[in-house]
Amino acid sequence: MARIKFTVDGRAVTVNADPGMPLLYALRDDLKMTNPHFGCGLAQCGACTVHLEGEAIRSCVMPLSAASGKAVTTLKGLGTPDKPHPLQAAYVAEQVPQCGYCINGWIMTAAAVLKKNPKASDAELRDALAGLKCRCGTHVSILRAIKRAQTQMA
Amino acid sequence: MNAPLSRREFLKASGALIVTAGGSALAGDAFAQRSSSVGVSVSIGTKPPLAPAELDSWVAIAPDGRVTAFFGKMDMGQSLDIAIAQVVADELDVAVDKVDVVMGDTALTCNQGGASGSTGVYLGARPLRNASAEARRLLVQAASQKLGVPAEQLRVDDGVVSAVSDPSKKTTYAELIGGRYFNHPVEWNKQTGNPMDIKVQAKVKSPSEYRVVGKSYTRRDLAGKVYRTEKYVTDISLPGMLHARVIRPTRAACTVASVDEKSIAKVKGARVVRDKDFVAVLAPREWDAVRASQMLKVDWNHAKQAPFPEMAGLHDHIRKAPVVKREEGTKRGNVDAAFKTAARTVEAEYEWPFQSHASMGPACAVADVRADGVTVWSGTQKPHFTQLGVARLLGVPPEKVHVIWVYGPGSYGRNDAGDAALDAAMLSKLAGRPVRVQGMRNDGIAWDPKGPACVHRARAALDASGKVTGYEFVSKGFSRINIQTNESDPSHSLVGMSTGLPPKPSEGFGTPAESYGFESKLLAWETIPPLLDSCSPLRTAHLRDPVGPEIHFGSEQFVDELAHAANEDPVAFRLKYVTAPRDAAVIKAAAEKAGWQPRSGARDRSGDVLQGRGIAYAQRGGTIVAAVAEIEVERKTGRIHAKKFTVAHDCGLIINPEGLRYTIEGNVVHGTSRALFEEVQFDRDRVKSVDWMSYPILDIKDAPETIDVVLVNHPEIAPTGAGEPTIRVIPAAIANAFFDATGVRMRRAPLSPDRVKAALAQA
Repeated sequence: MARIKFTVDGRAVTVNADPGMPLLYALRDDLKMTNPHFGCGLAQCGACTVHLEGEAIRSCVMPLSAASGKAVTTLKGLGTPDKPHPLQAAYVAEQVPQCGYCINGWIMTAAAVLKKNPKASDAELRDALAGLKCRCGTHVSILRAIKRAQTQMA
Repeated sequence: MNAPLSRREFLKASGALIVTAGGSALAGDAFAQRSSSVGVSVSIGTKPPLAPAELDSWVAIAPDGRVTAFFGKMDMGQSLDIAIAQVVADELDVAVDKVDVVMGDTALTCNQGGASGSTGVYLGARPLRNASAEARRLLVQAASQKLGVPAEQLRVDDGVVSAVSDPSKKTTYAELIGGRYFNHPVEWNKQTGNPMDIKVQAKVKSPSEYRVVGKSYTRRDLAGKVYRTEKYVTDISLPGMLHARVIRPTRAACTVASVDEKSIAKVKGARVVRDKDFVAVLAPREWDAVRASQMLKVDWNHAKQAPFPEMAGLHDHIRKAPVVKREEGTKRGNVDAAFKTAARTVEAEYEWPFQSHASMGPACAVADVRADGVTVWSGTQKPHFTQLGVARLLGVPPEKVHVIWVYGPGSYGRNDAGDAALDAAMLSKLAGRPVRVQGMRNDGIAWDPKGPACVHRARAALDASGKVTGYEFVSKGFSRINIQTNESDPSHSLVGMSTGLPPKPSEGFGTPAESYGFESKLLAWETIPPLLDSCSPLRTAHLRDPVGPEIHFGSEQFVDELAHAANEDPVAFRLKYVTAPRDAAVIKAAAEKAGWQPRSGARDRSGDVLQGRGIAYAQRGGTIVAAVAEIEVERKTGRIHAKKFTVAHDCGLIINPEGLRYTIEGNVVHGTSRALFEEVQFDRDRVKSVDWMSYPILDIKDAPETIDVVLVNHPEIAPTGAGEPTIRVIPAAIANAFFDATGVRMRRAPLSPDRVKAALAQA
């Protein structure tokens, strides 16, 4: 057990836990910040994605110790209904949801992608988002939403 | 605590509140009995017990005039709830924004069958439409009395009832009943589940009177899901709750020899619970439950004989297996005679693998089993049946079990959600504490009930002119209801079977749904025994559009093969033989929108990337759909990219065009995934598909670029379903496009890169 300090969505937190525990469980179980979902525990689907110092990471395999002293951002830190991230606004405008369990992974990953490459082409987006899963088949509307967000952000 | 007044006592005591609205044409004993004592009434103070024969079970009006519709189905992501709100808003004459839809809570909604068979609007909206019309009738009658204006001279605008001749004479739904109850009986058809309906005295509106139905309104789950202001079942947390992981055997057909509880001694607070072959670990912290599940040593008794065939021999196993049940769906004319006189015959067989629901996240449920009652939170498609299943599993009366449906990590049939709900209930009972259980990835792919593997045998007789005179299509495979469509019987759950309940398999499959008017025709199905009777990771159950993609992958390819044999264009060939005018219209609409032109010459197949297009069509529960797929095939890699789909869709009256479009899009992509990638891997005694590497699904790289949708609206025809019909035509549309591109038939799904490369190499 170790006391690990970091920030989540700008708030300072301390978690007393096994430093090898995946960050996802610290967020969901210890901090009750349930935005990232458990999808696979294997970094194969993206449902658990958060930003660590601005980089999209899979919190289901990232040890808690890796967050020590760093800034973690979850979907709620990315934007809110009052101050949405352009990707969230675009998701709403394009009405992307079906079950919604994958949304966290796509938005958090796409936000990091667009930060680095705001004008990413369709092919670049498909490459950068490869590996993320969606079981309801919203892929086409996800791409529509990201392209809408790109226009908003330009 | 004082016992609440009985219904009758209350009615007597609250006579002053009753607004009598005179007699009623409603039949039925219950109504006759009550009408003699209290008449038709609105505005009585307490809500009657939840029952389909009570208007208050369907619709309520709050003090601020907002309307609540109580819907016994749920939206699994296709925005069904906005469609229900639209139907209710139109019948009640209120703004759609004022209608809230409560879904899938067993204490608040009647058992309308949950999410099932694309019946959300088709069957699910009916009682709500009728109830809303009846509520409007009663409220207008009450307004008539209050205002002293005959009912037929009143109009309703957004919940305001006013005199047509003098708008200053007005009242509102809120004033008439807000916060109180109708206490008004309706005639229930005594059906439970999907067919549940009610009859009322009021006349529902005709489609020409709809103002809200038929227009696109924005779906309602956007903020909840995009900003995560809404809880998922995975987020439910109770005081004192323990986290659990169920230990499934590493191989099929195992029983527990012993459990070494000391093996998890190092995990603080973790413990083992066991009932026969049902083993789980519990811990106050979720990660500790996960660690304990990885560390726990269980000694399994392995089966003497491996239960499964070699995977490569699966379809031969199906061909040779004894037939448990055979059913002929269509039998017309004399097929055998047609073959005897045929100038030419065409025969083919098509094979489909086991597929997994492989939901986005493994299923989760939370249960709190107490002496005075049981509460279960679940993402199941069938909360009312979960209520029965939990009650039977725990041996308590169903009315003591409250199941609350919450957004879950996926659905599309009888996935792992039903097992999780019963697991949680059993674990909470054994632990004496609230328990949250979620599977690991393996549980959602290796251990969910599977879509059935099958073989389809097709043959046709053609006369000298190329006319089809005989047609036969027989499917043989595992039953789609080896495990029931819901978890109301615990013997259909893993916890039930592993604690010794005997499985009770049912037999069911299906036949192609089309209107081809071949002179003689036989459509039939045959089921075979399950590979393993109990606790099988290859047990079979409903997966989105049960046996639809499986069957039509064969039947709609075979029709293409017949068109080819007759040297006719696939669209023209279908139009020549379909007999239902709506079917023809849908096929034409898809072909026209896709710019379909008959091929005038041979395809250029010289390049590395080949292009093709294919069509498929089918019916489903009254809905008709046709899809044109335009694909590219990379010779070197075997990759198929289904770049564009054009779908024409006729489900009668359209409630919400935008919602319908998104629903169709999801079907197209899910169908593409199943056609190109999905296949459960197994060996002689276990399922080897355990994660997204061993059970690949469609990646965004392979997502279509364009999905064009043509909505064929028939306001005069009652709405049918949209949640599943489109998926059934997608695999055949792609396979037909593959043939167009390559000249090679792919009669085995999925059309994975390896299989494509092998097929092209052989060609």
